[in-house]
Amino acid sequence: MTIEPLKDWLDERLSISTLQAMAAKKEVPLHRHSIWYYFGGMTLFLFAVQVATGILLLLYYRPSSENAFESVQFIITEVKFGWLIRSIHSWSANLMIATLFIHLFSVFFLRAYYPPREITWLSGAVLLFIIICFGFSGYLLPWNKLAFFATKVGTEIAGVVPIVGRPVLRFLRGGDDVTGATLTRFFGFHVAVLPAMATVFIGIHVLLVQLHGMHVPRKYEHNYQRMKFFPNFILRDLIGWILAIGVLAALAALFPWELGEKADPFAPAPAGIKPEWYFLFMFQTLKWIPAKILGMDGEVLGIMTFNAIALLLFLVPFIDRDPENRRRHLIFNVCGVVALLYIVVMTIVGYVAK
Amino acid sequence: MIMGTSAYRSDRSDRTYTSHMSHPSQKSHPSHPSHKSHNTMASRLLRLLFAVLVCSSVTAAQQKSSCIECHLKLEDTRLSAPAKNFDNDIHKSRGLSCNDCHGGDPTADTKEGAKDPRKGFLGKPKTLDIPAYCGKCHSDANLMKRFNPSLRVDQEREYYTSVHGKLLKEKGETRVATCISCHSVHGIRAPSDPLSSVYPANVAETCAKCHASADYMKPFGIPSDQYTKYKTSVHANAIYVKQDLSAPTCNDCHGNHGAAPPGIASVANVCGQCHARQAELFQTSPHKKAFDDRQLGECITCHSNHAILRPNDNMIGTQQGALCINCHSNGDKGFAAAGIMRTRIDELIAGIDKSSGILNQAERKGMEVSKPKFELKGATDALTHARVLIHSSSTAEVDKVVGPGLEVAEKGYQAGLASLGEWKFRREGLAVSLIFILFLAFLVYLKLRQIERRQVT
Repeated sequence: MTIEPLKDWLDERLSISTLQAMAAKKEVPLHRHSIWYYFGGMTLFLFAVQVATGILLLLYYRPSSENAFESVQFIITEVKFGWLIRSIHSWSANLMIATLFIHLFSVFFLRAYYPPREITWLSGAVLLFIIICFGFSGYLLPWNKLAFFATKVGTEIAGVVPIVGRPVLRFLRGGDDVTGATLTRFFGFHVAVLPAMATVFIGIHVLLVQLHGMHVPRKYEHNYQRMKFFPNFILRDLIGWILAIGVLAALAALFPWELGEKADPFAPAPAGIKPEWYFLFMFQTLKWIPAKILGMDGEVLGIMTFNAIALLLFLVPFIDRDPENRRRHLIFNVCGVVALLYIVVMTIVGYVAK
Repeated sequence: MIMGTSAYRSDRSDRTYTSHMSHPSQKSHPSHPSHKSHNTMASRLLRLLFAVLVCSSVTAAQQKSSCIECHLKLEDTRLSAPAKNFDNDIHKSRGLSCNDCHGGDPTADTKEGAKDPRKGFLGKPKTLDIPAYCGKCHSDANLMKRFNPSLRVDQEREYYTSVHGKLLKEKGETRVATCISCHSVHGIRAPSDPLSSVYPANVAETCAKCHASADYMKPFGIPSDQYTKYKTSVHANAIYVKQDLSAPTCNDCHGNHGAAPPGIASVANVCGQCHARQAELFQTSPHKKAFDDRQLGECITCHSNHAILRPNDNMIGTQQGALCINCHSNGDKGFAAAGIMRTRIDELIAGIDKSSGILNQAERKGMEVSKPKFELKGATDALTHARVLIHSSSTAEVDKVVGPGLEVAEKGYQAGLASLGEWKFRREGLAVSLIFILFLAFLVYLKLRQIERRQVT
């Protein structure tokens, strides 16, 4: 009994040998900063965990204001290992955003967006916003008190934007207030719209990475070794992923994600309400921003500034495209460090602040 | 149109007089027994005058008022205060002015003209006359409808059923409270106004102005510690601390216009207005007859009257300090029942404490126990119910709710145990999983090393 005939049969139809030859040829540069290459793969792995656990949660979750909280409560108390799946889904979401930010900043500081990788950067930036939307929409789904009011505050901030703010707010909420209609809508975004978009952009992103290969920082361009992607790099990735499963299991068992109290739209907002940690730096900025700046509404100005920075993020590879321009190089480094410090400090302040 | 103060006074004591001089459109009521005796020219003139006074009130308020103008300038604060205070008076906000109560001519430029008795000037009423003075309008249903259709018009009549009213009317005692003692004068606010002296949170202080003064109460031979005691009560705590205006203050038990101490026979009805279930159970209990026979006040014998403290479980039972042993002694049926009821309540409390303790422990460990915690409220409800049922003095009745309550508490305890078991299982499961995960990672690492060694060679 041999599997050769089966392999031949599959090869004839799927060109496995061609793929094998490509994989055998694919190499990963080895230098001082190669460690950052793993964060893209780790983010992708955590996204896969999200998809798997999300599908399992879907088996029991009921997306309505009457049933959502109770169904999540049922999942974590009655369903066998439901608590584990739900906790892993929540922890994995947060770790994924953390690895995503690390991936973003490592790509930024290593200048991996230089030509011809502009579209790779663009697709990554789109993915960043898709993932943040995943987090924002998913946070509401358990329909608990904190999520309800955080969504209320979050959508209100979107509503402040001049001209488009009000229609955006109504579109997000499915009306003037956060209600069961918002929950249904967010569920739709979370399990249909965003996954479809993410699949497309992840496809583009990964395909472009394969097409252009890993970027080598200029400093090591003529002085680096190579490692085979398959099996050397992928096995290292695998070790990371296995360890990530261990971390997720430990977090889920030791710090199970809380469910809190069911949302009550008629109850007053609890004191010290805060969004998820990845929105804290923006939230804290808007809290501190003066009411009026040069005659303009401070909050509006703050939101518009964040929008401008988001736009700037997309334009990075088109502004800094000359590897020889050292002055621009320096400016970008300073901007990146300042942005990183700002995010870290304001997140800590927002977390500690009452 | 001649109606001097004396003329008014001479007819003041006649109740039907004041209640029928309000409005020109108000026709004589044929069924009224005293109507015909007043159907005289003088009374018609008086009615006409009063009707003119009231009907022109809205415009009068906006017109010149020499009363206000002059009184504001007076140095004697006793005389200027009415003009100042009237600015916040509810009567002013409804378009009434000085002359609507005191008569006279507010358009006159001189003191003599304004206070002309020929223009109906009445001046300051004597204490004895105050209830009727206010009752002129407030007892007139037809007139009051124009201002507030839902306002009662029996305050004056009710006042004369009160201890205050009786002393005033029957003994001419002028130290008693009249309308203005509680509602103030020239700065009268609606009872719903938090600044009103009769706003629920201010009533006790208003009554205490007289009733908390030992000197003032001495001639009447009544105690003056009610206010001090009331302030320590659960009811005062509800009003002043919890801001619960539905909690009772003086007038809720004693009545307001008809204020009188509730008698032994009616005190249960007074408390039963709010504590209906307890009152109902007490009526069916063996205590009812025993209390009636001994002329004991039903609720106040155990709970006291003004210093009603928050009831606690130590009030029932046979231990030192329990109220039951004030009447019952070892060997009688009541003594045994009190002991049993207390034991059952204690059992339920212990069951609830045990369950909530283990559920809280599980919650602190991060377990989701909100459902069993919510269900445990069933046992807490049973405890509350049992505490109410002791008013029936029936151990069987108390048992009916304590039994199911204990079952709920036990269910909560089992849920807590299961949660803690699950928590332990998770930890152990994590340890096993981590060993497996690390082993797997190590195997991959070995494989990687093997591959890389082979690649080097």
